[in-house]
Amino acid sequence: MRMPLFTWLLLVVSMLTLVTITPLTAAQFMLLIDRYLGGHFFDTQAGGSSLIWIHFFWIFGHPEVYVLVLPAFAIANEIIPVFCRKAIFGYPAMVAASIAIMFVSLGVWAHHMFTVGMTSASNAFFTLSTMLVGVPTGIKIFNWIATLWGGRIRFTTPMLFCIAFLFQFLVAGLTGIMLSVSPWDWQLHNSYFVIAHFHYVLVGAVVFCIFAAIYYWYPKATGRLMDETLGKWHFWLFAIGFHITFDTMHFLGLLGMPRSIYTYQPDRGWNFLNLVVSIGGLIQGIAVLIFAYNFIVSNWRGVVAGDDPWDAWTLEWATSSPPPVYNFEELPEVHSRRPLWDLKHPDDPDWEYES
Amino acid sequence: MSSVPINHPGSTLEWHLPSKRRVGMSALIAGESAVFTIFVVAYVFYIGKSLTGPTPQQVLEIPIVGTICLLSSSLTIWRAEKAIEEERMASFSLWLAATISLAVAFLTNTALEWKKLIYQDGLTISTNLFGTTFYSLVGLHATHVVVGLFLLSATLIFSLFGWVDSRQSERFGVVALYWHFVDGVWIVVFTVVYLIGR
Repeated sequence: MRMPLFTWLLLVVSMLTLVTITPLTAAQFMLLIDRYLGGHFFDTQAGGSSLIWIHFFWIFGHPEVYVLVLPAFAIANEIIPVFCRKAIFGYPAMVAASIAIMFVSLGVWAHHMFTVGMTSASNAFFTLSTMLVGVPTGIKIFNWIATLWGGRIRFTTPMLFCIAFLFQFLVAGLTGIMLSVSPWDWQLHNSYFVIAHFHYVLVGAVVFCIFAAIYYWYPKATGRLMDETLGKWHFWLFAIGFHITFDTMHFLGLLGMPRSIYTYQPDRGWNFLNLVVSIGGLIQGIAVLIFAYNFIVSNWRGVVAGDDPWDAWTLEWATSSPPPVYNFEELPEVHSRRPLWDLKHPDDPDWEYES
Repeated sequence: MSSVPINHPGSTLEWHLPSKRRVGMSALIAGESAVFTIFVVAYVFYIGKSLTGPTPQQVLEIPIVGTICLLSSSLTIWRAEKAIEEERMASFSLWLAATISLAVAFLTNTALEWKKLIYQDGLTISTNLFGTTFYSLVGLHATHVVVGLFLLSATLIFSLFGWVDSRQSERFGVVALYWHFVDGVWIVVFTVVYLIGR
């Protein structure tokens, strides 16, 4: 149990990818057979079923969401402890929750299909299994909050993005639980409420964590820090723009605006809210331009970072920035989850506290 | 206290990285299992749903000879594995050749079956749902047999040139793992197509 949580999470993602992407491959083969060899897998004229295509697609499509979000968890697991100066809370629970998410996520796909007309038993099963994912995910949220609790928090740009991630991912999870209730989903399926929900996951969680990761590991990759002032501008504009756009979309969904439409009648009452959504998008765009400028210019003008600019504890910070091709002259020995802490504090090493 | 030496108490257990080749092949097998699962589910879902004939009951015959050939090839390749581990290279080539013959026999059997189905019974991949699902599932499996056949034949050629010895036994073990998987899948395909679906 000395493996960093980042590595654990990527292991889980890799295993999940193996059984998640391959069903899509199989379904695509069937589609090719239908199209080019005259097969009938999804051909209703010959007794085929379009329903089974929907099943196959979502057997891929839902676990895929976890393939995307688990790396975001991995990033948060690395960054949050460093910037609140505490070891991660509940390491074994975090590992167990990740593995639980992997298994449960394989059994929830048909919550995308409540309006297809499944049996009540199927609806009940997929409602309950979907709610079940909330348990390991909730454990993770509690552990991140417990890590923050009582810590000496440093509000650097990567940490700001991670804190926003925590809040937004919580909201995304809560709207997810709302949508998992099949009668609620019958009302809001295919509406902007769903769009808002999954953008809260994909942007609010995944993109925010990717930005956090770029600010956090940029000095390790280039040897220079990204500019903090521009970083804070990027964060605040992006967070504000994000909320203007995606919070508003929930209300558009509740007002009945369907997804995937390019235009609508002017008397529907969606005009003003859609204008708000667009303004939010513009603000996010400006934020990303600031980020792009910062990303490019810091490579030459950034403050020289040194090996360990964040006073972190994992091994990548024990080597130079950027790391040499051989990583380490001597292979470091790892005795705890925070090997660099042990090197910095030989009088108070972690392994004395870890079982 | 900074003079305390970094000495970690105990836990100097010997630990070896698992074989990369075996992990890689196991990952491939996990992914392939998912692909086969989807095809098997489609097959089972469409049993008896064809709008026109021919039906499996009318045209399918249980391929007993082919099945016996393929399943016993798992046994011969296991003997080949033992032989290469113990550096008995003549025996290795012999068991490998036996495995290849059994695989060829299985494929010949399938080819004859398909020839009968196409020319005699008029069942092609576009005839009906049975044709579509049958040729896809059995064909997907047969493709895997062909890939395995290439791997085994290459190994046999290398072995006849004397380029293979017990140092390659781990690599051959990976090929054998794939072959066992292909055999295992046949048990599922056989059960679904020829026992349940007929």
